[in-house]
Amino acid sequence: MSSEITQQGQSGVATVPAHDHHEAHHAHHHEESFISKYVFSQDHKMIAKQFLITGMIWAIIGGLFSVLFRLQLGYPEMSFPFLEDIFGKWAAGGRITNEFYYALVTMHGTILVFFVLTAGLSGTFANLLIPLQIGARDMASPFLNMLSYWFFFLASVIMFASLFIQTGPAAGGWTIYPPLSALGQASEGSKLGMDFWLVSMAMFIVSSLLGGLNYISTILNMRTKGMSMTRVPLTVWAIFFTAVLGVLSFPVLLSGAILLLFDRNLGTSFYLSDIVVKGEILPNEGGSAILFQHLFWFLGHPEVYIILLPAMGMVSEVMSVNARKPIFGYLAMVGSMFAICLLAFLVWAHHMFVTGLNPFLGAFFVLLTLLIAVPSAIKVFNWLTTLWRGNLRFTPPMLFAIGFVSLFISGGLTGIFLGNSTLDLHLHDTYFVVAHFHIVMGVASFFGMFAGVYHWFPKMYGRFLNNTMAYIHFWVTFVGAYLIVWPMHYSGLAGMPRRYTDYSNWESFKQFAEMNRFISTVAMVVFAVQLLFVFNFFYSIWKGRKVTSQNPWGSNTLEWTTPVNPGHGNWPGEIPEVHRWAYDYGKDGREYISQVEPIGEGESKH
Amino acid sequence: MSGYLILAILGLAFLVTFQIAKASEYVSVLKGEEKTFLQNNRINAFLFIVFLVLGLVGAWWCNELFFKKTLLAQPAASDHGEKIDIMLWMTIAVTGVVFFLTQVLLFWFAWKYQYNEKRKAYYFAHNNKLELIWTVVPAIFLTVLVGFGLFYWFKITGDAPKGAQVVEITGKQFNWMMRYPGKDAVLGRKNYRLTDASNGNALGVDWEDGASHDDLESTEMHLVVGKPVHLVINAQDVIHDVGLPHFRLKMDAVPGIPTTMWFTPKYTTAQMKEITGNKDFVYEIACDQMCGAGHYSMKGLIIVETQEDYDKWLAEQKPQYLTVMANRQQAAPAAARAAADSAKITATPAAAKPIAQQLTK
Repeated sequence: MSSEITQQGQSGVATVPAHDHHEAHHAHHHEESFISKYVFSQDHKMIAKQFLITGMIWAIIGGLFSVLFRLQLGYPEMSFPFLEDIFGKWAAGGRITNEFYYALVTMHGTILVFFVLTAGLSGTFANLLIPLQIGARDMASPFLNMLSYWFFFLASVIMFASLFIQTGPAAGGWTIYPPLSALGQASEGSKLGMDFWLVSMAMFIVSSLLGGLNYISTILNMRTKGMSMTRVPLTVWAIFFTAVLGVLSFPVLLSGAILLLFDRNLGTSFYLSDIVVKGEILPNEGGSAILFQHLFWFLGHPEVYIILLPAMGMVSEVMSVNARKPIFGYLAMVGSMFAICLLAFLVWAHHMFVTGLNPFLGAFFVLLTLLIAVPSAIKVFNWLTTLWRGNLRFTPPMLFAIGFVSLFISGGLTGIFLGNSTLDLHLHDTYFVVAHFHIVMGVASFFGMFAGVYHWFPKMYGRFLNNTMAYIHFWVTFVGAYLIVWPMHYSGLAGMPRRYTDYSNWESFKQFAEMNRFISTVAMVVFAVQLLFVFNFFYSIWKGRKVTSQNPWGSNTLEWTTPVNPGHGNWPGEIPEVHRWAYDYGKDGREYISQVEPIGEGESKH
Repeated sequence: MSGYLILAILGLAFLVTFQIAKASEYVSVLKGEEKTFLQNNRINAFLFIVFLVLGLVGAWWCNELFFKKTLLAQPAASDHGEKIDIMLWMTIAVTGVVFFLTQVLLFWFAWKYQYNEKRKAYYFAHNNKLELIWTVVPAIFLTVLVGFGLFYWFKITGDAPKGAQVVEITGKQFNWMMRYPGKDAVLGRKNYRLTDASNGNALGVDWEDGASHDDLESTEMHLVVGKPVHLVINAQDVIHDVGLPHFRLKMDAVPGIPTTMWFTPKYTTAQMKEITGNKDFVYEIACDQMCGAGHYSMKGLIIVETQEDYDKWLAEQKPQYLTVMANRQQAAPAAARAAADSAKITATPAAAKPIAQQLTK
């Protein structure tokens, strides 16, 4: 309880139990200025909204970039004069130049992986859900939490600024392998843009660490009375594992990035050796370009689970609520997430099978990589069993949750191809890989995120999103995602390499011109529908149908015991005590039993 | 102009969608939320089944359209490639069955267990037997896949057979350079600091090493059908990747760290033209590692031919060393004259001496 009191002291929210609700609310209004409420807010719910909206802005930019480079891929022979009007020399003659193409590809990856699906996803839902679902007034340190957002904002500003410098932003792929990223002579994007990229990422990592440490300490220390770790919702477990992954792996990327900054600017040779670039013989000797890949993928692989785990957690929660049935195998779900979290640290070199890695070493990475398929399979079968004999309500979040499972199966299975080093020899860096990670990490995580947004929007803004637009959003995105990604597997099986601006001069790959055009067209439609979602989001913040009941979804978790528009501190009175796990749906003939309801006499055990 | 038209149409479509969405919300309030919910629920459940059926039909149709354009439609052009194809089919079979079963279950459940006022959801929280089954069964299948995968992996990445043809391939932005070891079957030493493309030494070969004197340099890779080839892979500037789609292989080219790869080509280029039915067929080397603005154009060619044709080609090649030295000799008199003009400094570079001696031998 002591932490709760300090909490109130810090935030200055007068929600002392003795005060009545109205008075507490009144005090709250008086003390917060516009700046402290909307800008430098320490309220976890406001910080969540800041992360979400910043993430959405980035998602529009990153998505737009993909539309631009898909224009080039789909219509390589056409020219679009309006592009030159907007981008000048980067689209000379209405065609996207090679430098521009690679800058777009690189920024698309960086933005979507880090700024949208890491900060936008974890940042939003960790902040929103941890205190609300474990029964805490705020994070362990609201101030660090605020700093976490503002470091993300700083990283965003730097990355955004890099789009406007003369030599363009980083253009060496989101994995920024040196020596390409280390040598300004090798690529325009490796000039100033790369320094911006590295500094921005350093700020991003600071943000991620501040957030992650906060999430972990809050989950471990600030759960309300009765909320044992085996009673927290799976969302919280998922966010917990995500935070652990981030805290342990992001520092490794930071070290890799700093060494790269040294190589670029201070003449060191961590990654450079024996290089002749554009006829110039460089003095650097003794470095290893492969060292960077180890450092990068030591984060890079856990990163995909940092993106995926929160989505899995939210899907589990949303699915159980809308199936009106407990999530099947709660402990198996937690266990499988733990296994994924552990294995995530031991598989990074499967991205490096063709770098000249010792084949014997590679064998262990094959084994450990395919081992991840086991906990993933457990999760899929548990989700399927959760649906089995449920009473399914197809609310928009539920649609996205089911879509997630379908996409996760499709994309997960192709991982079994790529994790097997023998097949990776053939499929590495082809469109098969592009298809695999877009579906399993990109689209699936987006679906988890959408499920989360549609499900918790009423909690965030006290209003509903428009259902019709939501259904259009889901169906077009779901069908579109498969239409885009499914054919890509075929070009991958033809060995078609990724990151080519034009395939027309290749006897081996030019047969896919029509397919590329089709994919580009679908991608544009899907992008337009995402704009519809963004519109729905902002429109509904102000004009959406108002939420009238405290618990619109009939859900068991604690966030629905707060007022419709909770103030800072979440519960006007005392924080409720928890008596049961979060998944008593359909038990003993009752549709749902909130976590705060004591175990009744003669109630059956689950 | 058409751009603005498209934008206008898009804007209009947005507006219409929004109005419909708004109207449907009002209608739902009028009709009663419960009724609207039930109606929406039925529609979405039905759409899931439609999606499943059309999705499976679509997958079949996609396969009809594109399968023949993939490499699976033609035999692998190397012995390693054949192993990889077997592995590929095995994995397709296992994952295909799982894919079909799980997707059908997912959408079938969505349809079957859609909301119904009369039904109560079945309270089913856990079952250890089921969990055990779907832990053990995937584990067994994965063990099989790992087992076969590693069996082939070690075969493919094992040592090249003795007597394999050694070819060195070096990537730089944005082309490939080949070097053959010549009659002595030994590649001459290299030192990147000696790289001097304008004087015929684009690879940085150390001419002081006698083994380099019979090395041949080429822009194309010529290979003998049925004869194992051992590639020594280098890069000069950034990381590249020797991607050989028809042989089903690839290996990165890393500056400062040579890598290797070996395989046995099974069909000559001419045979592949017949097999694929494409008279323009060529074995292409595709750079598979992002290497800068020209990455997409970094192409190399491999010509697989009979021993006879290969010998003919070989006979036409002249060691790079001789070419370089011939050029130097032509340049030498001019240099000597220039040196004589400028006081009495000896003009011959120290390094050129032993080469000059060898040439006169």
